[in-house]
Amino acid sequence: MKFRNTLLMSALLCTVAMAAQSQTLKIGLESDPDALDPDRSRTFVGRIVFTSLCDKLIDVTPDLKLVPQLATSWSVSEDGLTVSMTLREGVKFHDGSPFDAAAVKANIERSKTLEDSVRKSELSSVESVEIVSPTEIKLHLSVPDAPLLAQLADRSGMMLAPSAFGGDFSANPVCSGPFKFKSRVSQDKIELVKFADYWNADAIKLDGVTFLPIPDSTVRLANLQSGDLDVINRLGATDVPAVKSNDALAFASATGLGYQGITFNTGNGVKADSPFGKDARLRKALSLAIDREAINQVVFSGLNSVASQFVPPASPYFDPAYPVHARDIEQAKALVAEAGFPNGVDLELQVPNRPENQQVVQMIQAMAAEAGINIKINAKEFATMLADQASGDFEASQVGWSGRIDPDGNLFGFVTTDAGFNDGKYSNPQIDALLQEARTTSDEAKRKEAYFKADDILMADLPLFYLYHESWLYGLSNKVTGFAASPDGMIRLEGVSKAD
Amino acid sequence: MLSHILRRLLVAIPTLILISVFIFGLQKLLPGDPVLALAGEDRDPETLNRLRDLYGLNDPIWVQFLSWAKGVLQGDLGTSIRSGIPVSQMIATKLPVTLQLAAMSMVFAIFIGIPAGIISAVRKGTKLDYAANVVALSGLSIPNFWLGIMLILIVSVKFHLLPASGYVPPTEDFWLSMKTMIMPAFVLGTGLAASLMRHTRSSMLTVMRQDYVRTARAKGLREPIVILRHAFRNALTPVVTLIALLFGELIAGAVLTEQVFTIPGFGKMIVDAVFSRDYAVVQGVVLVTAIGFIIMNLLADLAYVLLNPRLRGR
Repeated sequence: MKFRNTLLMSALLCTVAMAAQSQTLKIGLESDPDALDPDRSRTFVGRIVFTSLCDKLIDVTPDLKLVPQLATSWSVSEDGLTVSMTLREGVKFHDGSPFDAAAVKANIERSKTLEDSVRKSELSSVESVEIVSPTEIKLHLSVPDAPLLAQLADRSGMMLAPSAFGGDFSANPVCSGPFKFKSRVSQDKIELVKFADYWNADAIKLDGVTFLPIPDSTVRLANLQSGDLDVINRLGATDVPAVKSNDALAFASATGLGYQGITFNTGNGVKADSPFGKDARLRKALSLAIDREAINQVVFSGLNSVASQFVPPASPYFDPAYPVHARDIEQAKALVAEAGFPNGVDLELQVPNRPENQQVVQMIQAMAAEAGINIKINAKEFATMLADQASGDFEASQVGWSGRIDPDGNLFGFVTTDAGFNDGKYSNPQIDALLQEARTTSDEAKRKEAYFKADDILMADLPLFYLYHESWLYGLSNKVTGFAASPDGMIRLEGVSKAD
Repeated sequence: MLSHILRRLLVAIPTLILISVFIFGLQKLLPGDPVLALAGEDRDPETLNRLRDLYGLNDPIWVQFLSWAKGVLQGDLGTSIRSGIPVSQMIATKLPVTLQLAAMSMVFAIFIGIPAGIISAVRKGTKLDYAANVVALSGLSIPNFWLGIMLILIVSVKFHLLPASGYVPPTEDFWLSMKTMIMPAFVLGTGLAASLMRHTRSSMLTVMRQDYVRTARAKGLREPIVILRHAFRNALTPVVTLIALLFGELIAGAVLTEQVFTIPGFGKMIVDAVFSRDYAVVQGVVLVTAIGFIIMNLLADLAYVLLNPRLRGR
């Protein structure tokens, strides 16, 4: 009897142990994240890892609402210059040290002062952090800053353990997220294990998560098919049928916050002195000549959504006055003739040398030819293209943006005078004023009004136009349950589990 | 003998300096800016400039080179801009991985290539010879990445026999390490096996026509002894040279193979470094590879002496 009990017990223990072993989720990413330090990190895949590793003050829902994470509530003062936050109680960092107002202050100061911090500009409006009580803080701002709350829902709002500031943080990151850092072999894997003292530990069903960078999408898919991975990020659009037809796999997707479009050089150096750089009618003609839905169907199997604006249609800031226009080749031809080129006009269009982008511009090339626009495609390796774009060595560029929760992040930097991403050096004082107004008021109705006014000007000037909003595509093993894709492209593991 | 080795090592120094200058210049000719390439989503001009200053990228090119060279002489290969990890540390973790891949590929290449070469030379003009030649030509012509993806699809996806990719160090789990490495080593080894086979064959054919082989046969020695002890040993010298030269091809091949099988080795490191314009990493990897190449050639020279007694004492 005793023996049988022992046997039973050990069998039970074995089962438990085996279940625990297999409850680690393996996620294939498209590239290796850079430094695992939110203040130094610059990559998109880095943000995916941080989502499991580091909690933020604020989180965002799939319908882009800001919701509590480490801050349970917040309010912005009437003049927009003070943000008051109440912090969650009983939260611990992975090393056991407590999370409190002093930790928030230390974090924001680190982001603002660390020599190689890339968060400085995001927090530039924060003048000082006042500790009201261990669970209350006030951020004092120099100017009203509407996008700030959205920044606090991203890397600027990630709370690191101040006790770990002294050492090499990225080699051993300590945060307060659902999983804690175990190990990293660069270009091979990043292993995280469940943090037992997580404030929301009940929602975490997995015992760990491992991120594996696998750049080739075919190889990433093969690893999913062979069972070596449970989730793959950035599934290729052409691989979706293979995933859907496989009984062992599942497919998930969400329309992203970003866009792909064409940016023109309207004022950056000698190349701005081109027909398309000088005449908005030609830019308009090119936009009219493009059949966006056809591109979406042919290149992306209809999985992306066509775009006309800097925000996707689901956003509250989507301007109903500018839906996606249908292709109008006659009007495009008329505009080209009106601009003084009845016999056709040339355009040099640069594009990253990735297969999908190249297919897109090849279709555009064919469509534009019918309107008398002769496009010369110039495919470049991405780093080269960015450098050429920054230095003004381009007429037009097919580029995109991964998107931000706050509309400001999708527009301000691209079209205001001398802004960081404004490589075409478009400059219009009216736009500068409107977008400045939109970022300094937190009233949604007023912001909308400012953005819609800006839309009227931008749709006429057309320093850039939009082609499609990319969808985040995932391949999953059937063993994974509870996975939901988010518009921000982050992988949230609350409620996700994996069967044996 | 010792002075010979020393002389060879001294000659290597200017070679290494030249290679370093050349690669440094070549990288700077490459359009693109490491800070911009890394910034990606965070392209605030002020941040970019601050980072450029921090990494010394605003200095004149010769200042950048000299500061790198000075570091190297003091045993410091610099720091990766992308990961913030010292380059020497990165190389120390990646080099064993690629060496394991290279060694296992070489084993494949030697065990397939040399016997196939001997057999097709001995059986020259027979069906066996033609078959070996066809296989060798295919080995040379099939691109590594294609063969790799095909193997993954068949062996891992279809039959679940081996893991599709990844890497486990042999010190952690020897058998799992062999299992993850066997496909990439085979892929990388086949191309090398093909060149080894063709060289062994032609070298054997030359030797088999020599008088001393006829003499050996006339003495009544059994054919296997004639082939292996008299012919093969003498045919080996050019093959050994080739093995040393193939080392370079091996590293070049590892670049693709490691990408396909996601092995965190040297090849993958250099590709990632070039794309992100991580100058210090590229420099470090090239320098170490060049040193490796020089050592391999030196070893090949020493092997001649062992194989050919006439060279001893020179």
